[in-house]
Amino acid sequence: MKFPKINFDTLKNEGTKSVTAQERRNFLKLGLTVAGVYAGGKILSLTSVIGTAHASGVGFVEKYPYNPHYSMVIRQTLCIDCEKCVDACKVTNNIPDYGYRTRILTKKYTGKLDKQVEFIPVLCNHCNSAPCVRACPTKATYKDPVTGIVRMESKKCIGCKTCMLACPYDARYFSAERRAVDKCDFCWEERLSQGEKLTACAAACPTGARTFGNLTDPENIVYKLVHQLEEQVWVLRPADDTKPNIFYMKGNMRSVDNILNEQRFKYFDPDKI
Amino acid sequence: MAGRMVDISKRWGFHGVDALKNASPGYKMIMGLFALLALAGAAVGLHGLLVGYHHVYGVTRQVSWGLLISAYIFCVVTSTGLCIVSSIGHVFGGEAFMPIAKRAVYMSIMFMFGGFCIIFFDIENPFRMAIWNVLSPNFVSNMWWMGTLYGAYLVFMIIEYYFLLEQNHSLSRLMGFLGLVVGIAAHSNLGAVFGMLHGRPFWYGPYLPIYFIFSAAMSGGCAILFFTTLGWKINPEIMNQRMERAVKAVTQITIFLISVIIFFTIWKIITGMVSEGKHLVIMSFLSGDYSINFWVFEIFLGMFLPLFLLIRSRGNNFNLIMWATGLMMIGIFFMRYDIVIPGQMESVYHSLGVVEEANLLTYTPSFHEIMASLFGIGVIALAYFVGEKMLNGHQLEKHEIVPEGGYICPGCGAIHFMEEGETEEDAMKRHHRIW
Repeated sequence: MKFPKINFDTLKNEGTKSVTAQERRNFLKLGLTVAGVYAGGKILSLTSVIGTAHASGVGFVEKYPYNPHYSMVIRQTLCIDCEKCVDACKVTNNIPDYGYRTRILTKKYTGKLDKQVEFIPVLCNHCNSAPCVRACPTKATYKDPVTGIVRMESKKCIGCKTCMLACPYDARYFSAERRAVDKCDFCWEERLSQGEKLTACAAACPTGARTFGNLTDPENIVYKLVHQLEEQVWVLRPADDTKPNIFYMKGNMRSVDNILNEQRFKYFDPDKI
Repeated sequence: MAGRMVDISKRWGFHGVDALKNASPGYKMIMGLFALLALAGAAVGLHGLLVGYHHVYGVTRQVSWGLLISAYIFCVVTSTGLCIVSSIGHVFGGEAFMPIAKRAVYMSIMFMFGGFCIIFFDIENPFRMAIWNVLSPNFVSNMWWMGTLYGAYLVFMIIEYYFLLEQNHSLSRLMGFLGLVVGIAAHSNLGAVFGMLHGRPFWYGPYLPIYFIFSAAMSGGCAILFFTTLGWKINPEIMNQRMERAVKAVTQITIFLISVIIFFTIWKIITGMVSEGKHLVIMSFLSGDYSINFWVFEIFLGMFLPLFLLIRSRGNNFNLIMWATGLMMIGIFFMRYDIVIPGQMESVYHSLGVVEEANLLTYTPSFHEIMASLFGIGVIALAYFVGEKMLNGHQLEKHEIVPEGGYICPGCGAIHFMEEGETEEDAMKRHHRIW
């Protein structure tokens, strides 16, 4: 196959006058489309973390699958590893010594100017597509149809421990006392079902690292923390695509305080320029 | 045709308890040893059940499947494999494979039973399982399908074995076919129990369900060879021309299947080395904690040595085949162990880079776990040695007078009856539904 030879040096300049307005418009449109795709991609990449973090689907969803859709936002840098949450959980839910429903992981850094260590509280993520619920042969573990809490029906548990391995968050252990696998139920049995508003761990947290609430309520702190663009929100192990309901963010940021105080444009208030 | 009435004990080749009484002292000692092992294993397992497994087992919250699950998988893989390889003969009509059917199906049932014995001591609430598996089934759970299908598989295999004894070839063939289909479904579901755990990259994916089927066939070929050649040691009379041909055929197919598994293993290692989630575990196989398991047991004893010895044996050196497959059974056990334990070694929070999960997790089987596994192994071994005597080496009564109008089928060793004016070959084809 031969390609036609084009000698650019001898090409005549046609000038811009010969380009019609329609052609011009089409060209601009094409450019905008290309730019728009990139811009859109950029925006998506900014928001996509929240998209995957979100309880359902991509982007800011209007409707969550559960109501109240219980969820927890962990403001990671506020955690001081005092373990009051772990103790409160143990006392409230009668956890044996060899088990835990929540724990705090330590991540160490070197060469950082502000801090050397970060603490990451972990617990059951109450995933919307929970691998443990799929894996259980007898439906002993299930998504609560109202609240979305992943709960246990202990009498059905045969103790095959498949759920413990299916869980990508190590949130389960076998409790010899219950003769069943035990896990976090957002304190449903001990607190929420009795009218309390917070889980034991969230109530015990002295720094506000654990904030618990209802993701469907626009007035709720959890809703406000998740539904903003200013600060990054993420989930653990997003690649497993379990659609978890425990969200993580850094903690001591002014912008979040602004959101909570509804001062959305503090830094870029057009009236003050 | 009065000749068709044959004494049932003769037809089944059943020798009764007398055969055990007449066994040599050494043979009785072997049986006693395995009976003792099974009893001791059951006793220790029951002790664990009473005091609570978390006090006596080595499994932890993060490594929650240990030696018992590995041993269970070893048993059910071998059981499925025995079913797959023997079905070539009595289900699909491969004549050379027909004489092995009775022993293979018997051992398949026993391995399945041994597997259930072991899993009994792993499941925390085995009695609840019987109830809630039926009352509250979760149809998207591989675990549910695996348990249910294996239950059905065991039933089919028992019925099939009955018809094999009865020499009702058409029904045994139908049951064998159903058992094979259900067994393969069950077995691939066992692979999927591992393969569908998102959070475990070493297991996740379609590899394990597929690997399990081929690996089962390899184990089945190995087990048939081992138990047949060991049976020949016990009673040299079981070997005849048909059986020799069968051993040769199974040797050939086992050599082929070992090669397939070598191929599988090579690609598991190579793809794992470039995968972020599998790299650590693969490296622990190649040069870490599991390198002896991997190189010595899985690769050398499980694949290369038997491959070499089986090729050397040319399918007719039974001593060599017995040693090759006996060592291979040990290697295969480690293959199963190397699937179950290393898949859990990397904590789910390892990739988060936290201090608590910086190292790979470790697991060492406890005394109770070892004994509970030996319970199942003891039951299987005892069943084998008892079966060889009581069922007369799984052959038919050779010294009986073949009834009028009957003859010993060259394909399966059973007594067939010729219709009027029929040749032996035609009768054989009719019995085995080969048209």
